[in-house]
Amino acid sequence: MANLKTVSKKSKAQSMGMHTEVLTGRTQQKFFNPDEAENFYYFGTYDVDFNKRTELDVKDMTAPEANKEIDNLMSQGYGTIVIKNPQGKHSLGVGILNKLNLIFEGSLGYFGMGSCDGPIVRINGRVGWSCAENLMAGKVVIEKNAGSCFGAAIRGGDLICKGSVGARTGIDMKGGTIIIGGDAGAFTGFMMQRGRIIILGDVGINLGDSMYDGTIFVGGEIGSYGSDAVDSELTPSDQDWLKRKLKVAEIGENFDVSKMKKIVAGKKLWNYDNLEPTEKKGAI
Amino acid sequence: MCGIAGLIHRGKSSNVGSELQGMLQALKHRGEDSTGYALYGDTDGKNFIMRFKVGENVGEGSSSVMEDVSVYDERKKIVDETLAEMGAKVIKEERTLPYSLRYEIDYDTKDLLDFSQRIESIPGVEILSMGKSLEVIKDLGNAKMVCDRYSLDKVVGTHAIGHARMATESGVDIKSAHPFWGYPFSDVSVVHNGQLTNYWNNRRVLENKGMRFMSECDSELIAVYIAEKMRHGATLEEGMKESLTGLDGVFTYFVATKDSLGMAKDTMAAKPLVLYESDDLVAMGSEEIAIRSVLPQEIDTYDPFDGEVKVWQI
Repeated sequence: MANLKTVSKKSKAQSMGMHTEVLTGRTQQKFFNPDEAENFYYFGTYDVDFNKRTELDVKDMTAPEANKEIDNLMSQGYGTIVIKNPQGKHSLGVGILNKLNLIFEGSLGYFGMGSCDGPIVRINGRVGWSCAENLMAGKVVIEKNAGSCFGAAIRGGDLICKGSVGARTGIDMKGGTIIIGGDAGAFTGFMMQRGRIIILGDVGINLGDSMYDGTIFVGGEIGSYGSDAVDSELTPSDQDWLKRKLKVAEIGENFDVSKMKKIVAGKKLWNYDNLEPTEKKGAI
Repeated sequence: MCGIAGLIHRGKSSNVGSELQGMLQALKHRGEDSTGYALYGDTDGKNFIMRFKVGENVGEGSSSVMEDVSVYDERKKIVDETLAEMGAKVIKEERTLPYSLRYEIDYDTKDLLDFSQRIESIPGVEILSMGKSLEVIKDLGNAKMVCDRYSLDKVVGTHAIGHARMATESGVDIKSAHPFWGYPFSDVSVVHNGQLTNYWNNRRVLENKGMRFMSECDSELIAVYIAEKMRHGATLEEGMKESLTGLDGVFTYFVATKDSLGMAKDTMAAKPLVLYESDDLVAMGSEEIAIRSVLPQEIDTYDPFDGEVKVWQI
């Protein structure tokens, strides 16, 4: 593994613009050290050729069998894999830690594309609950609708749904971007800690409830605000970023971003730097 | 965790027994302590069909106490005598299992309250369903086991709802299994996935209003709650909308009547539901794989939002 450093002063990653926030308190900032990149080894990854393409029909396979076969194909150097007949199966495409073009010709069930790091995925169908949970990097595009807990706890990457999504989208997310072309359900951005959510349509009740940080942009109506979610000013740089992001996402390219609402954490619930009661006792 | 599934064909009949079996079997990983079917079959609509039990399935995994078959026979005999006293004529009688019976009854009444109370006053007897189209069949085991046991795969009808149960808050027995009949309303049934946290408060209120509970399963409350609203003139949809605030907890549930099928999702949207709608078919289930057992081709589905109530007619 590449060396992870505990950073006490401005890191190289910050100077490169990879990370801008300065966390205070007891948080230990540990970032990837670019100087150590050549020593970086990621278990279970392969050298693949994007021009090497194959198809995999998973109609008669269980999810573990299908996932094992995807892994097997990657080990043979296939960089573009088209999955036929996913038929709403759960847990397809999970744990891919590779660069890979993955295309699903159909819909996925629960936990599709969970815990991935790097693949570019297009799903020509819908997805069930908890799609792309814990996504670290890469891009996942869903052409139709998505279920609840869409992008739960993602840490990076772009997660795009061209249709509507269920409740608790982006719950506990810690980075990355979620883009929704349609509407989103209740508790969107619940307890999110970092990252951005863009919703072009309407959103349900309790938007951004108990969010610690991060930003939510909404193009339509808001059912209600959650605890500690507050409006913020939409700056010109926000609008530039939104335009760029929507273009890259192939979604709402002509959407009037100037009328979007920007919601952030009021930070009245913050207590990062407070000691726990037991710790206070110890301090005394 | 339980699984629910339902479908309604609009403008035609289909093999709903087999279709629902496929949907529920696809959800068996969500629970297979018991499985239940509420099937709305094609009938001439003249006679009532009463599904009832005179005992419990005491097979492996059951939380019921074993009884001798002679006890079942005695209860059946009293049911027959009571029906005769009420002027109800049994046209056809089927005893699928020692404890499970199906009667076709010629009985002229609109209010089934008195009828049901008299039948259920017989100890150990419970009416699973009463209606001119509805038949509730529920037993221990997964969808295929129950379907095979009761030969449900050939039932033709317009709509159906069902439930694959993982017992959490009440026993592994038929009385706690879904669907629940919307007592005392003809042809009303309910299945539910979730937990109701104001069950006892609501139960006390409803019992004081004369409503009946047969189990301690919180899901039964939904059937009784909706039935009580309908008893006071509310439509099915109105009753379901009121339930969004009257019931506390997390839930997705289906209600079916003789000619309609409805779904409701709580305001937290904490329980899953995937829905497929077309002009001639609505199919829904806790997971998309349930719908895929009926419609294997690529289809457009979606998750209903929080606080959503929908009702479809046949």
